[in-house]
Amino acid sequence: MTGTSVETSGHAAHTASEMMSVAAARALRDGTSCFVGIGLPSTAANLARRGHAPNLTLIYESGALGAKPDSLPLSIGDGILAETADAVVGVPEVFNYWLQPGRIDVGFLSAAQLDRFGNINTTVIGGDYANPRVRLPGAGGAPEIAASCREVFIVVKQSRRSFVDKVDFVTSVGHGSGAGDRARLGLPGAGPTMVITDLGVFRPDPGTAELVLEQVHPGVTVQQVREATGWELAVASEVGTTTAPTAGELTALRALTGGPDGNDG
Amino acid sequence: MAEIVTLAEAVTELVNDGDQVALEGFTHLIPVAAGHEIIRRGRRDLTLVRMTPDIVYDQMIGAGCARKLVFSWGGNPGVGSLHRFRDAVQNAWPAPLELEEHSHAGMANRYVAGASGLPFAVMRGYTGTDLPSVTTTIKPITCPFTGERLTAVPAINPDVTVIHAQRADRAGNVQMWGLVGVQKEAVLAAGRSIVTVEEVTDELAPVPGQVVLPSWAVTAVAEVAGGAHPSYAQGYSDRDNTYYQEWDAISRDRATFENWLTEAVLA
Repeated sequence: MTGTSVETSGHAAHTASEMMSVAAARALRDGTSCFVGIGLPSTAANLARRGHAPNLTLIYESGALGAKPDSLPLSIGDGILAETADAVVGVPEVFNYWLQPGRIDVGFLSAAQLDRFGNINTTVIGGDYANPRVRLPGAGGAPEIAASCREVFIVVKQSRRSFVDKVDFVTSVGHGSGAGDRARLGLPGAGPTMVITDLGVFRPDPGTAELVLEQVHPGVTVQQVREATGWELAVASEVGTTTAPTAGELTALRALTGGPDGNDG
Repeated sequence: MAEIVTLAEAVTELVNDGDQVALEGFTHLIPVAAGHEIIRRGRRDLTLVRMTPDIVYDQMIGAGCARKLVFSWGGNPGVGSLHRFRDAVQNAWPAPLELEEHSHAGMANRYVAGASGLPFAVMRGYTGTDLPSVTTTIKPITCPFTGERLTAVPAINPDVTVIHAQRADRAGNVQMWGLVGVQKEAVLAAGRSIVTVEEVTDELAPVPGQVVLPSWAVTAVAEVAGGAHPSYAQGYSDRDNTYYQEWDAISRDRATFENWLTEAVLA
Protein backbone atom coordinates (compact mmCIF):
# COMPACT_ATOMS: atom_id res chain seq x y z
CA MET A 1 0.00 0.00 0.00
CA THR A 2 1.67 3.21 -1.09
CA GLY A 3 -0.56 5.49 0.92
CA THR A 4 -0.56 8.07 -1.86
CA SER A 5 -4.05 9.12 -2.75
CA VAL A 6 -5.16 10.33 -6.16
CA GLU A 7 -8.16 12.59 -6.70
CA THR A 8 -9.58 12.57 -10.20
CA SER A 9 -12.50 14.71 -11.19
CA GLY A 10 -15.75 12.77 -11.10
CA HIS A 11 -14.13 9.88 -9.25
CA ALA A 12 -13.49 9.07 -5.63
CA ALA A 13 -10.00 9.38 -4.16
CA HIS A 14 -8.11 6.09 -4.32
CA THR A 15 -4.70 4.66 -3.60
CA ALA A 16 -2.29 3.29 -6.18
CA SER A 17 -2.87 -0.22 -4.84
CA GLU A 18 -6.61 0.18 -5.26
CA MET A 19 -6.10 1.36 -8.84
CA MET A 20 -4.02 -1.76 -9.45
CA SER A 21 -6.67 -4.11 -8.08
CA VAL A 22 -9.45 -2.38 -10.03
CA ALA A 23 -7.46 -2.42 -13.30
CA ALA A 24 -6.64 -6.09 -12.74
CA ALA A 25 -10.28 -6.92 -12.04
CA ARG A 26 -11.43 -5.18 -15.22
CA ALA A 27 -9.14 -7.40 -17.28
CA LEU A 28 -11.24 -10.47 -16.42
CA ARG A 29 -14.11 -11.13 -18.84
CA ASP A 30 -17.49 -12.35 -17.66
CA GLY A 31 -18.25 -15.98 -18.39
CA THR A 32 -14.63 -17.10 -18.40
CA SER A 33 -12.73 -19.27 -15.94
CA CYS A 34 -9.82 -18.00 -13.90
CA PHE A 35 -7.21 -19.97 -11.96
CA VAL A 36 -6.64 -17.64 -9.02
CA GLY A 37 -3.24 -17.24 -7.40
CA ILE A 38 -2.79 -16.21 -3.80
CA GLY A 39 -2.71 -12.53 -2.81
CA LEU A 40 -3.34 -9.68 -5.25
CA PRO A 41 -4.85 -11.96 -7.95
CA SER A 42 -7.45 -13.22 -5.49
CA THR A 43 -8.44 -9.66 -4.59
CA ALA A 44 -8.83 -8.73 -8.25
CA ALA A 45 -10.73 -11.87 -9.22
CA ASN A 46 -13.18 -11.52 -6.35
CA LEU A 47 -13.70 -7.85 -7.20
CA ALA A 48 -14.43 -8.76 -10.82
CA ARG A 49 -17.00 -11.37 -9.78
CA ARG A 50 -18.77 -8.82 -7.58
CA GLY A 51 -18.81 -6.24 -10.38
CA HIS A 52 -18.83 -6.64 -14.15
CA ALA A 53 -18.15 -10.40 -14.22
CA PRO A 54 -20.72 -12.16 -12.03
CA ASN A 55 -20.33 -15.35 -14.08
CA LEU A 56 -16.56 -15.54 -13.69
CA THR A 57 -15.62 -19.05 -12.55
CA LEU A 58 -12.97 -18.87 -9.82
CA ILE A 59 -10.72 -21.90 -9.54
CA TYR A 60 -8.44 -22.26 -6.54
CA GLU A 61 -5.59 -24.77 -6.42
CA SER A 62 -6.90 -26.00 -3.09
CA GLY A 63 -9.62 -27.84 -5.02
CA ALA A 64 -12.50 -25.34 -5.06
CA LEU A 65 -13.93 -25.08 -8.59
CA GLY A 66 -16.41 -22.22 -9.00
CA ALA A 67 -15.91 -20.69 -5.55
CA LYS A 68 -18.18 -17.74 -4.69
CA PRO A 69 -16.80 -16.28 -1.45
CA ASP A 70 -18.73 -13.34 0.00
CA SER A 71 -15.62 -11.98 1.68
CA LEU A 72 -11.98 -12.03 0.66
CA PRO A 73 -10.33 -15.28 1.74
CA LEU A 74 -7.00 -14.80 3.55
CA SER A 75 -5.63 -17.97 1.98
CA ILE A 76 -6.37 -20.06 -1.08
CA GLY A 77 -7.89 -22.70 1.20
CA ASP A 78 -10.34 -20.85 3.44
CA GLY A 79 -13.51 -22.76 4.26
CA ILE A 80 -15.71 -20.27 2.44
CA LEU A 81 -14.19 -21.42 -0.85
CA ALA A 82 -15.23 -25.06 -0.43
CA GLU A 83 -18.62 -24.15 1.02
CA THR A 84 -19.54 -21.98 -1.97
CA ALA A 85 -17.90 -24.00 -4.77
CA ASP A 86 -19.68 -25.78 -7.62
CA ALA A 87 -17.37 -28.72 -7.05
CA VAL A 88 -14.63 -29.58 -4.59
CA VAL A 89 -11.92 -31.90 -5.86
CA GLY A 90 -8.58 -33.19 -4.63
CA VAL A 91 -5.36 -31.39 -5.45
CA PRO A 92 -4.06 -33.98 -7.98
CA GLU A 93 -7.36 -33.62 -9.85
CA VAL A 94 -7.13 -29.80 -9.96
CA PHE A 95 -3.77 -29.95 -11.66
CA ASN A 96 -4.14 -33.10 -13.78
CA TYR A 97 -7.77 -32.99 -14.95
CA TRP A 98 -8.58 -29.29 -14.92
CA LEU A 99 -5.39 -27.29 -15.45
CA GLN A 100 -3.08 -29.56 -17.50
CA PRO A 101 -5.44 -30.21 -20.48
CA GLY A 102 -5.91 -26.46 -21.01
CA ARG A 103 -9.49 -26.13 -19.78
CA ILE A 104 -8.91 -22.85 -17.94
CA ASP A 105 -9.04 -19.49 -19.69
CA VAL A 106 -6.93 -17.22 -17.51
CA GLY A 107 -4.20 -17.86 -15.00
CA PHE A 108 -3.88 -14.94 -12.62
CA LEU A 109 -0.47 -14.73 -10.95
CA SER A 110 1.75 -12.41 -8.97
CA ALA A 111 5.54 -12.23 -8.75
CA ALA A 112 8.43 -11.18 -6.55
CA GLN A 113 10.51 -10.48 -9.66
CA LEU A 114 9.37 -10.09 -13.26
CA ASP A 115 11.48 -9.51 -16.37
CA ARG A 116 10.70 -7.85 -19.71
CA PHE A 117 9.37 -11.15 -21.10
CA GLY A 118 7.04 -11.77 -18.18
CA ASN A 119 9.15 -14.54 -16.65
CA ILE A 120 8.38 -14.88 -12.94
CA ASN A 121 10.62 -15.49 -9.92
CA THR A 122 9.10 -16.50 -6.59
CA THR A 123 11.97 -18.76 -5.46
CA VAL A 124 15.19 -17.00 -4.40
CA ILE A 125 16.71 -13.51 -4.62
CA GLY A 126 20.43 -12.78 -4.56
CA GLY A 127 23.33 -15.10 -3.88
CA ASP A 128 22.88 -18.48 -5.47
CA TYR A 129 20.19 -21.10 -5.10
CA ALA A 130 21.94 -22.94 -2.27
CA ASN A 131 22.84 -19.74 -0.40
CA PRO A 132 20.27 -17.11 -1.35
CA ARG A 133 20.10 -13.63 0.10
CA VAL A 134 16.33 -14.02 0.39
CA ARG A 135 14.51 -17.32 0.34
CA LEU A 136 10.98 -16.84 -1.09
CA PRO A 137 8.07 -19.32 -0.76
CA GLY A 138 8.74 -21.06 -4.09
CA ALA A 139 6.68 -22.27 -7.00
CA GLY A 140 3.33 -23.46 -5.67
CA GLY A 141 0.99 -23.97 -8.59
CA ALA A 142 2.44 -21.17 -10.72
CA PRO A 143 4.76 -23.02 -13.17
CA GLU A 144 1.93 -25.15 -14.53
CA ILE A 145 -0.63 -22.32 -14.33
CA ALA A 146 1.75 -20.21 -16.43
CA ALA A 147 2.26 -23.10 -18.86
CA SER A 148 -1.26 -24.42 -19.34
CA CYS A 149 -3.86 -21.65 -18.94
CA ARG A 150 -4.98 -20.20 -22.28
CA GLU A 151 -3.49 -16.87 -21.22
CA VAL A 152 -1.90 -15.38 -18.11
CA PHE A 153 -2.42 -12.06 -16.37
CA ILE A 154 0.17 -10.88 -13.86
CA VAL A 155 -0.52 -8.35 -11.14
CA VAL A 156 2.48 -7.01 -9.23
CA LYS A 157 3.58 -3.88 -7.37
CA GLN A 158 6.14 -2.20 -9.56
CA SER A 159 9.60 -1.04 -8.51
CA ARG A 160 13.19 -1.62 -9.58
CA ARG A 161 13.19 -4.49 -7.09
CA SER A 162 10.29 -6.27 -8.79
CA PHE A 163 10.75 -5.18 -12.44
CA VAL A 164 14.25 -6.51 -13.04
CA ASP A 165 16.48 -6.85 -16.09
CA LYS A 166 17.04 -10.53 -15.32
CA VAL A 167 15.10 -12.63 -12.82
CA ASP A 168 17.38 -14.41 -10.34
CA PHE A 169 15.46 -17.67 -10.90
CA VAL A 170 12.87 -18.65 -13.50
CA THR A 171 10.09 -20.15 -11.38
CA SER A 172 7.38 -19.77 -14.02
CA VAL A 173 7.92 -19.13 -17.71
CA GLY A 174 6.43 -16.09 -19.39
CA HIS A 175 7.77 -15.63 -22.91
CA GLY A 176 11.18 -17.12 -22.10
CA SER A 177 13.88 -15.28 -24.01
CA GLY A 178 11.46 -13.79 -26.53
CA ALA A 179 8.96 -14.43 -29.28
CA GLY A 180 8.59 -18.06 -30.31
CA ASP A 181 10.19 -19.41 -27.14
CA ARG A 182 6.94 -20.81 -25.72
CA ALA A 183 6.24 -22.74 -28.91
CA ARG A 184 9.82 -24.04 -28.93
CA LEU A 185 9.42 -25.21 -25.32
CA GLY A 186 6.06 -26.80 -26.11
CA LEU A 187 4.13 -24.67 -23.63
CA PRO A 188 0.46 -24.91 -24.66
CA GLY A 189 -0.96 -21.58 -23.43
CA ALA A 190 -0.34 -18.11 -24.84
CA GLY A 191 1.57 -16.97 -21.75
CA PRO A 192 1.35 -13.50 -20.22
CA THR A 193 -0.92 -11.25 -22.27
CA MET A 194 -1.23 -8.49 -19.70
CA VAL A 195 0.74 -7.18 -16.72
CA ILE A 196 -1.00 -4.82 -14.32
CA THR A 197 0.96 -2.83 -11.76
CA ASP A 198 0.25 0.05 -9.41
CA LEU A 199 1.62 2.38 -12.10
CA GLY A 200 0.20 1.11 -15.38
CA VAL A 201 -0.71 -1.68 -17.77
CA PHE A 202 1.71 -3.58 -20.06
CA ARG A 203 1.17 -5.98 -22.93
CA PRO A 204 3.74 -8.02 -24.84
CA ASP A 205 4.77 -6.73 -28.25
CA PRO A 206 3.38 -9.21 -30.83
CA GLY A 207 6.72 -9.24 -32.67
CA THR A 208 9.21 -9.50 -29.80
CA ALA A 209 7.07 -10.62 -26.83
CA GLU A 210 8.72 -7.83 -24.80
CA LEU A 211 6.42 -5.98 -22.40
CA VAL A 212 5.31 -2.58 -23.67
CA LEU A 213 3.82 0.15 -21.48
CA GLU A 214 0.37 0.80 -22.95
CA GLN A 215 -1.44 2.61 -20.16
CA VAL A 216 -0.51 4.69 -17.14
CA HIS A 217 -2.84 5.03 -14.19
CA PRO A 218 -4.26 8.51 -13.43
CA GLY A 219 -1.61 10.84 -12.01
CA VAL A 220 1.30 8.60 -13.11
CA THR A 221 3.82 9.78 -15.73
CA VAL A 222 5.69 7.63 -18.24
CA GLN A 223 8.90 8.87 -16.65
CA GLN A 224 7.80 7.50 -13.27
CA VAL A 225 7.16 4.12 -14.86
CA ARG A 226 10.60 4.17 -16.51
CA GLU A 227 12.22 4.95 -13.17
CA ALA A 228 10.46 1.97 -11.60
CA THR A 229 11.64 -0.40 -14.33
CA GLY A 230 14.98 -2.20 -14.23
CA TRP A 231 15.43 -2.33 -18.01
CA GLU A 232 15.13 0.07 -20.95
CA LEU A 233 11.35 0.16 -21.04
CA ALA A 234 9.47 -0.10 -24.34
CA VAL A 235 6.63 2.44 -24.47
CA ALA A 236 3.69 2.44 -26.87
CA SER A 237 3.55 5.29 -29.39
CA GLU A 238 0.32 6.41 -27.74
CA VAL A 239 0.09 5.74 -24.04
CA GLY A 240 -3.45 5.72 -22.71
CA THR A 241 -4.63 6.61 -19.23
CA THR A 242 -6.50 4.07 -17.17
CA THR A 243 -10.01 5.12 -16.21
CA ALA A 244 -9.93 5.91 -12.49
CA PRO A 245 -11.86 3.58 -10.19
CA THR A 246 -15.54 4.38 -10.08
CA ALA A 247 -17.26 4.93 -6.76
CA GLY A 248 -18.95 1.57 -7.24
CA GLU A 249 -15.66 -0.22 -7.86
CA LEU A 250 -14.06 1.39 -4.82
CA THR A 251 -17.01 0.54 -2.60
CA ALA A 252 -16.91 -3.08 -3.71
CA LEU A 253 -13.13 -3.28 -3.29
CA ARG A 254 -13.20 -1.76 0.19
CA ALA A 255 -15.99 -4.11 1.20
CA LEU A 256 -13.62 -6.94 0.28
CA THR A 257 -10.40 -5.58 1.77
CA GLY A 258 -11.72 -3.69 4.76
CA GLY A 259 -10.88 -0.21 3.49
CA PRO A 260 -8.12 1.60 1.61
CA ASP A 261 -5.53 0.47 4.15
CA GLY A 262 -6.96 -3.00 4.61
CA ASN A 263 -5.66 -6.34 3.48
CA ASP A 264 -5.02 -6.08 -0.23
CA GLY A 265 -3.91 -9.64 -0.54
CA MET B 1 -6.93 -52.54 10.81
CA ALA B 2 -6.26 -49.16 12.35
CA GLU B 3 -5.65 -49.11 16.07
CA ILE B 4 -7.27 -46.37 18.08
CA VAL B 5 -4.57 -44.98 20.34
CA THR B 6 -3.47 -41.71 21.94
CA LEU B 7 -1.53 -39.22 19.86
CA ALA B 8 1.54 -39.69 22.08
CA GLU B 9 1.40 -43.46 21.56
CA ALA B 10 1.00 -43.09 17.81
CA VAL B 11 3.95 -40.72 17.41
CA THR B 12 6.18 -42.67 19.81
CA GLU B 13 5.59 -45.94 17.98
CA LEU B 14 5.35 -44.81 14.39
CA VAL B 15 7.64 -41.79 13.90
CA ASN B 16 11.35 -42.55 14.22
CA ASP B 17 14.47 -40.40 13.99
CA GLY B 18 15.62 -40.17 10.38
CA ASP B 19 12.22 -41.05 8.91
CA GLN B 20 10.71 -39.46 5.84
CA VAL B 21 7.53 -37.97 7.28
CA ALA B 22 4.69 -36.30 5.39
CA LEU B 23 2.17 -34.13 7.25
CA GLU B 24 -0.46 -33.26 4.65
CA GLY B 25 -3.51 -31.02 4.59
CA PHE B 26 -3.90 -28.27 2.00
CA THR B 27 -4.70 -25.25 4.20
CA HIS B 28 -7.64 -27.25 5.59
CA LEU B 29 -7.24 -30.16 8.08
CA ILE B 30 -3.55 -29.56 8.82
CA PRO B 31 -2.31 -32.02 11.49
CA VAL B 32 -0.76 -29.34 13.71
CA ALA B 33 -1.24 -31.14 17.04
CA ALA B 34 0.58 -34.16 15.62
CA GLY B 35 3.42 -31.89 14.50
CA HIS B 36 3.70 -30.54 18.04
CA GLU B 37 3.77 -34.09 19.39
CA ILE B 38 6.68 -34.88 17.06
CA ILE B 39 8.48 -31.83 18.48
CA ARG B 40 7.74 -32.96 22.06
CA ARG B 41 9.07 -36.45 21.33
CA GLY B 42 12.31 -34.79 20.22
CA ARG B 43 12.44 -36.43 16.80
CA ARG B 44 15.51 -35.48 14.76
CA ASP B 45 16.94 -35.79 11.24
CA LEU B 46 13.50 -36.08 9.67
CA THR B 47 12.98 -35.59 5.97
CA LEU B 48 9.81 -33.54 6.10
CA VAL B 49 7.57 -33.77 3.06
CA ARG B 50 4.68 -31.40 2.47
CA MET B 51 3.27 -29.51 -0.52
CA THR B 52 2.69 -26.36 1.52
CA PRO B 53 5.03 -26.20 4.49
CA ASP B 54 3.36 -23.46 6.49
CA ILE B 55 3.20 -22.70 10.19
CA VAL B 56 3.48 -26.27 11.48
CA TYR B 57 6.62 -26.95 9.45
CA ASP B 58 8.04 -23.55 10.40
CA GLN B 59 7.62 -24.70 14.00
CA MET B 60 9.13 -28.16 13.41
CA ILE B 61 12.07 -26.71 11.46
CA GLY B 62 12.69 -24.09 14.15
CA ALA B 63 12.53 -26.81 16.81
CA GLY B 64 15.29 -28.72 15.04
CA CYS B 65 13.33 -31.77 13.85
CA ALA B 66 14.24 -31.53 10.17
CA ARG B 67 17.29 -32.39 8.11
CA LYS B 68 15.61 -32.02 4.74
CA LEU B 69 12.45 -30.51 3.30
CA VAL B 70 10.64 -31.79 0.21
CA PHE B 71 8.05 -29.19 -0.79
CA SER B 72 6.44 -26.96 -3.39
CA TRP B 73 5.41 -23.77 -1.55
CA GLY B 74 6.81 -22.63 1.80
CA GLY B 75 4.99 -19.60 3.11
CA ASN B 76 2.49 -18.27 5.63
CA PRO B 77 -0.63 -18.23 3.42
CA GLY B 78 -1.98 -14.72 2.94
CA VAL B 79 0.58 -13.28 5.41
CA GLY B 80 4.08 -13.66 3.98
CA SER B 81 7.25 -15.60 4.57
CA LEU B 82 8.10 -18.35 7.02
CA HIS B 83 10.87 -16.90 9.15
CA ARG B 84 12.11 -20.13 10.75
CA PHE B 85 12.25 -21.77 7.31
CA ARG B 86 14.15 -18.77 5.95
CA ASP B 87 16.52 -18.72 8.92
CA ALA B 88 17.29 -22.41 8.35
CA VAL B 89 17.92 -21.94 4.62
CA GLN B 90 19.76 -18.62 4.83
CA ASN B 91 21.65 -19.12 8.13
CA ALA B 92 21.49 -22.87 8.89
CA TRP B 93 19.70 -22.16 12.20
CA PRO B 94 19.09 -24.26 14.21
CA ALA B 95 20.51 -26.72 11.67
CA PRO B 96 21.20 -26.78 7.93
CA LEU B 97 18.13 -27.64 5.88
CA GLU B 98 18.51 -29.47 2.60
CA LEU B 99 15.81 -28.60 0.07
CA GLU B 100 14.15 -30.69 -2.61
CA GLU B 101 11.89 -28.27 -4.39
CA HIS B 102 9.00 -28.96 -6.75
CA SER B 103 5.81 -27.36 -8.03
CA HIS B 104 2.39 -28.30 -6.64
CA ALA B 105 1.58 -30.29 -9.78
CA GLY B 106 4.85 -32.17 -9.41
CA MET B 107 4.32 -32.96 -5.72
CA ALA B 108 0.71 -34.03 -6.31
CA ASN B 109 1.84 -36.37 -9.06
CA ARG B 110 4.63 -37.78 -6.89
CA TYR B 111 2.04 -38.76 -4.28
CA VAL B 112 -0.24 -40.23 -6.98
CA ALA B 113 2.64 -42.39 -8.20
CA GLY B 114 3.40 -43.41 -4.62
CA ALA B 115 -0.22 -44.35 -3.95
CA SER B 116 -0.39 -46.22 -7.27
CA GLY B 117 2.65 -48.39 -6.60
CA LEU B 118 4.46 -46.89 -9.59
CA PRO B 119 8.07 -45.69 -9.61
CA PHE B 120 7.27 -42.34 -11.20
CA ALA B 121 4.54 -40.12 -12.60
CA VAL B 122 4.44 -38.39 -15.95
CA MET B 123 3.16 -34.87 -16.46
CA ARG B 124 3.45 -31.69 -18.45
CA GLY B 125 5.38 -29.34 -16.23
CA TYR B 126 8.58 -27.52 -15.27
CA THR B 127 9.51 -26.94 -18.93
CA GLY B 128 11.63 -23.83 -19.32
CA THR B 129 11.87 -23.18 -15.58
CA ASP B 130 15.07 -23.29 -13.52
CA LEU B 131 13.63 -25.95 -11.19
CA PRO B 132 15.11 -28.97 -13.08
CA SER B 133 18.56 -27.38 -12.73
CA VAL B 134 18.36 -27.41 -8.91
CA THR B 135 16.13 -30.46 -8.28
CA THR B 136 17.46 -33.84 -9.39
CA THR B 137 14.02 -35.47 -9.06
CA ILE B 138 12.72 -33.74 -12.22
CA LYS B 139 13.66 -35.46 -15.47
CA PRO B 140 12.54 -35.30 -19.09
CA ILE B 141 10.88 -38.37 -20.57
CA THR B 142 9.71 -39.19 -24.09
CA CYS B 143 6.23 -40.58 -24.65
CA PRO B 144 6.67 -44.05 -26.23
CA PHE B 145 3.49 -43.58 -28.27
CA THR B 146 3.71 -40.04 -29.59
CA GLY B 147 7.32 -39.05 -29.08
CA GLU B 148 6.24 -36.03 -27.07
CA ARG B 149 8.74 -34.74 -24.50
CA LEU B 150 7.17 -34.79 -21.06
CA THR B 151 8.38 -34.61 -17.47
CA ALA B 152 8.84 -37.49 -15.03
CA VAL B 153 8.90 -37.14 -11.25
CA PRO B 154 9.60 -40.06 -8.88
CA ALA B 155 7.06 -41.49 -6.48
CA ILE B 156 7.02 -40.28 -2.90
CA ASN B 157 6.60 -43.13 -0.44
CA PRO B 158 6.93 -41.62 3.04
CA ASP B 159 7.86 -43.87 5.95
CA VAL B 160 4.90 -42.32 7.69
CA THR B 161 2.13 -39.95 6.63
CA VAL B 162 0.19 -37.93 9.19
CA ILE B 163 -3.16 -36.29 8.43
CA HIS B 164 -6.10 -34.81 10.33
CA ALA B 165 -9.72 -35.73 9.48
CA GLN B 166 -13.13 -34.87 10.84
CA ARG B 167 -14.21 -38.29 12.08
CA ALA B 168 -13.41 -41.94 12.53
CA ASP B 169 -15.64 -44.77 13.71
CA ARG B 170 -14.63 -47.20 16.43
CA ALA B 171 -13.29 -49.63 13.84
CA GLY B 172 -10.89 -46.93 12.63
CA ASN B 173 -12.56 -46.06 9.33
CA VAL B 174 -11.73 -42.41 8.60
CA GLN B 175 -14.07 -39.81 7.06
CA MET B 176 -13.12 -36.34 5.84
CA TRP B 177 -14.74 -33.71 3.65
CA GLY B 178 -14.34 -30.16 2.36
CA LEU B 179 -10.96 -29.42 0.78
CA VAL B 180 -9.36 -32.86 0.94
CA GLY B 181 -6.09 -31.89 -0.71
CA VAL B 182 -3.69 -34.74 -1.33
CA GLN B 183 -4.32 -36.63 1.91
CA LYS B 184 -5.76 -39.83 0.44
CA GLU B 185 -2.79 -40.18 -1.89
CA ALA B 186 -0.31 -39.33 0.88
CA VAL B 187 -1.76 -42.01 3.20
CA LEU B 188 -1.88 -44.67 0.48
CA ALA B 189 1.69 -43.85 -0.57
CA ALA B 190 3.07 -44.29 2.96
CA GLY B 191 4.43 -47.30 4.81
CA ARG B 192 2.57 -46.25 7.96
CA SER B 193 -0.07 -43.64 8.70
CA ILE B 194 -1.42 -41.68 11.63
CA VAL B 195 -4.80 -39.96 11.40
CA THR B 196 -5.88 -37.53 14.10
CA VAL B 197 -9.63 -36.86 14.13
CA GLU B 198 -11.98 -34.34 15.67
CA GLU B 199 -14.05 -37.16 17.13
CA VAL B 200 -14.48 -40.91 17.16
CA THR B 201 -18.14 -41.78 16.62
CA ASP B 202 -20.26 -44.93 16.51
CA GLU B 203 -21.25 -44.39 12.90
CA LEU B 204 -20.00 -42.28 10.01
CA ALA B 205 -23.10 -40.52 8.69
CA PRO B 206 -22.58 -39.78 4.97
CA VAL B 207 -21.52 -36.22 4.10
CA PRO B 208 -21.49 -34.76 0.55
CA GLY B 209 -18.05 -34.79 -0.99
CA GLN B 210 -16.64 -37.14 1.61
CA VAL B 211 -13.49 -39.18 1.29
CA VAL B 212 -13.42 -42.39 3.34
CA LEU B 213 -10.19 -44.19 4.15
CA PRO B 214 -11.01 -47.75 5.18
CA SER B 215 -9.60 -48.85 8.51
CA TRP B 216 -7.30 -51.42 6.85
CA ALA B 217 -5.54 -48.63 4.92
CA VAL B 218 -4.63 -46.72 8.11
CA THR B 219 -2.18 -47.67 10.89
CA ALA B 220 -3.33 -45.56 13.83
CA VAL B 221 -6.19 -43.21 14.65
CA ALA B 222 -6.05 -40.75 17.56
CA GLU B 223 -8.86 -38.52 18.74
CA VAL B 224 -7.56 -34.94 18.99
CA ALA B 225 -10.37 -32.38 18.99
CA GLY B 226 -9.04 -29.12 17.56
CA GLY B 227 -5.96 -30.94 16.29
CA ALA B 228 -5.87 -28.85 13.11
CA HIS B 229 -5.76 -25.46 14.86
CA PRO B 230 -4.89 -22.80 13.60
CA SER B 231 -6.10 -24.35 10.36
CA TYR B 232 -9.63 -25.65 10.49
CA ALA B 233 -11.86 -28.67 10.22
CA GLN B 234 -14.92 -27.93 8.13
CA GLY B 235 -18.05 -28.57 10.16
CA TYR B 236 -16.09 -28.29 13.43
CA SER B 237 -13.99 -25.13 13.47
CA ASP B 238 -13.04 -22.02 11.51
CA ARG B 239 -9.59 -20.99 10.36
CA ASP B 240 -7.88 -18.84 13.02
CA ASN B 241 -6.60 -16.15 10.68
CA THR B 242 -5.39 -14.04 13.62
CA TYR B 243 -3.01 -16.81 14.66
CA TYR B 244 -1.48 -16.88 11.17
CA GLN B 245 -1.02 -13.11 11.30
CA GLU B 246 0.46 -13.21 14.81
CA TRP B 247 2.84 -16.03 13.85
CA ASP B 248 4.72 -13.56 11.67
CA ALA B 249 5.95 -11.61 14.72
CA ILE B 250 6.49 -14.67 16.94
CA SER B 251 8.60 -16.45 14.34
CA ARG B 252 10.64 -13.45 13.18
CA ASP B 253 13.02 -13.55 16.14
CA ARG B 254 14.85 -16.65 17.43
CA ALA B 255 14.37 -15.79 21.12
CA THR B 256 10.68 -15.01 20.72
CA PHE B 257 10.25 -18.26 18.85
CA GLU B 258 12.07 -20.26 21.53
CA ASN B 259 9.90 -18.71 24.25
CA TRP B 260 6.82 -19.62 22.25
CA LEU B 261 8.12 -23.18 21.78
CA THR B 262 8.74 -23.60 25.50
CA GLU B 263 5.39 -22.20 26.55
CA ALA B 264 3.06 -23.43 23.81
CA VAL B 265 4.50 -26.82 22.89
CA LEU B 266 7.01 -28.15 25.41
CA ALA B 267 5.31 -27.02 28.64
